Amino acid sequence: MEFKVPTMAELMAAGEEPEILFWVGCAGSYDERAQKITRDICKILHHVGIKYAVLGTEESCTGDPAKRAGNEFLFQMQAMTNIEVLNAYNIKKIVTGCPHCFNTIKNEYPGLGGTYEVIHHTQLIQDLINEGKLKAEGGESFKGKKITYHDPCYLGRGNGIYEAPRKALEVLDAQLVEMKRCKSNGLCCGAGGAQMFKEPEKGNKDINVERIDEALETSPQVIAAGCPFCMTMLSDGIKLKDKEQEVKVLDIAEITARANGL
Amino acid sequence: MVAQILFLVLTLAAIALFTVNLRKIIRNIRLGKPVNRQDQPQKRLMTMIRVAFGQSKMVVRPIPAFLHFFVYIGFVIINIEVLEIMIDGLFGTHRIFNGLGGLYNFLIGSFEILALTVWVSCAIFLVRRNILKLKRFSGVEMKSWPKSDANYILITEILLMSAFLFMNAADAKLQLLGASHYVNAGAFPVSQYLINILPSSESALVIVERSCWWFHIIGILAFLNYLPYSKHFHILFAFPNTYFSNLEPKGEFTNMASVTNEVKAMLDPSFVPAETEPGKFGAKDVTDLSWVNLMNAYTCTECGRCTSVCPANITGKLLSPRKIMMDTRDRITEVGQNIDKHGATHEDGKSLLDDYISREEIWACTSCNACVEACPVNIDPLQIIMELRRFAVMEESQAPGSINAMLGNIENNQAPWKYSPADRFNWAQES
Repeated sequence: MEFKVPTMAELMAAGEEPEILFWVGCAGSYDERAQKITRDICKILHHVGIKYAVLGTEESCTGDPAKRAGNEFLFQMQAMTNIEVLNAYNIKKIVTGCPHCFNTIKNEYPGLGGTYEVIHHTQLIQDLINEGKLKAEGGESFKGKKITYHDPCYLGRGNGIYEAPRKALEVLDAQLVEMKRCKSNGLCCGAGGAQMFKEPEKGNKDINVERIDEALETSPQVIAAGCPFCMTMLSDGIKLKDKEQEVKVLDIAEITARANGL
Repeated sequence: MVAQILFLVLTLAAIALFTVNLRKIIRNIRLGKPVNRQDQPQKRLMTMIRVAFGQSKMVVRPIPAFLHFFVYIGFVIINIEVLEIMIDGLFGTHRIFNGLGGLYNFLIGSFEILALTVWVSCAIFLVRRNILKLKRFSGVEMKSWPKSDANYILITEILLMSAFLFMNAADAKLQLLGASHYVNAGAFPVSQYLINILPSSESALVIVERSCWWFHIIGILAFLNYLPYSKHFHILFAFPNTYFSNLEPKGEFTNMASVTNEVKAMLDPSFVPAETEPGKFGAKDVTDLSWVNLMNAYTCTECGRCTSVCPANITGKLLSPRKIMMDTRDRITEVGQNIDKHGATHEDGKSLLDDYISREEIWACTSCNACVEACPVNIDPLQIIMELRRFAVMEESQAPGSINAMLGNIENNQAPWKYSPADRFNWAQES
């Protein structure tokens, strides 16, 4: 990267506190495709000059997949360990790159002693656009391009956030097309509830293929996502349909970074 | 006089039987574990008014919403007429409210129009189920009883409305003939068209009118007692069910307090947990679920909106959220019957998990909340699935192999994949 990503440990050593902590998440840290999104979120934060930091190697799984799989012990072990770290750094505000981390920290950590203002990166982008700090200029033009947005379950139905990601796309002057099942009626990509980590049960179709078929009905140039798991499922679907050349699956952070030439 | 006594006996018997059955169901619901749903009464009341009275979640599907609205309004308003039937039945009067004059005519006229709309709506519903065979009404769980149940309800409603209209038609014709006892009262915008097909002799008309009157009221009393055995119970339970529904974000799953104590003790040896009852983690049987889960099961009217939006079900998996609710109700009913027959401590060796709901079903769920969102009366099938998973994982250590591997990775590497925690920040090294 062209700039150094600051860690909480470094900031603390310098006696400083960040405005916001960027919670990267496991997918954002390890998954090659999601790492790109992580770097783009950092580029956006760096570009607008927000004082931010990441936990780096001090970050750990939120426990979301353990909880959804039914292992409440492991979830709470993870949660309490993370809360200890977050509270030790006196964290007030968190932006996450993943709707699952977002939901878990925002809704399930307060009951275990970790109360923070938590936003998803699409909400951050929307706020920055509203404040005029972020525009869509100086980079790739999405003007007139057909974009369809896939609602992640834990952002949409789980937490009622439907508008922020769409606002972030509206600024591009692109042509937003909705899939038949969208917003509160959106169809899952198939990865939630710990499905990401197992083979699907016997059926007649994979869920991500069902979703990709629906997305392709809108004949988009870009399928926009806001979740690293959705990204994996949708990208796999596009590969399976052999449409990689015509249709790009991009995270809203990537689209924003590209539009601003970051 | 005999008729009045017969009426009184029938009414009292019907109410008594219904009360006994309703109390059994409430007792069964109370077999569930406690959960606090008494907070935020104002928000709860508004939710009930919006979702149950206002039917706000029905509008997503406009055609059934429209038809259902007529049946719902018809049900609520035509019941005002039942009040008059009750008084007439007890005191041997006829159309006791006719003193209301113009207002009475307006009311009877509106009831007739509503009765017709209910009739037509139910007929369309029957066509949708049995001729058009909408996919939503089929599925493995919709065979035998659940399938007949729906048809019985619709046919009964059509018969009740027919009896109401023929009763009025006969009455109107008797009024025209100037028959004694049949005072001139009411307006008959619908049943006037039935007058011509009725017999013209006064005695025959009285038989038609009285038969329809008795059929109508006995039908209503019988229908009341059918409710506890039927999916149609939603007409009562929709109200408490929406009132006590979850007000938190759908993505938020409960934190288990019993686990918090153990985890705190593990992380901090000086921590002394508050005394709690040793219970099992998660749910194997219905009595391990919360009372709200059980009330949800009695409220379910098996409309299948949940299943029709379930990504697992859409792609041919075994999981059907509607079946989760129906299994839960069948099982709690069975547990209740065991208590009635053999006493509270009886064990029949069966459980909700495995005997009713299979492992394959619970592991197919993506926890996407589509079923919860789709339910017009705020039922939450996902919570039951999660409780069953908790039991399978925490009490039995029986999760699919790949899930166990993922859990192992989190335990050892603090990530669901097998990567070293030391490499967590490597992403910042590349561009």
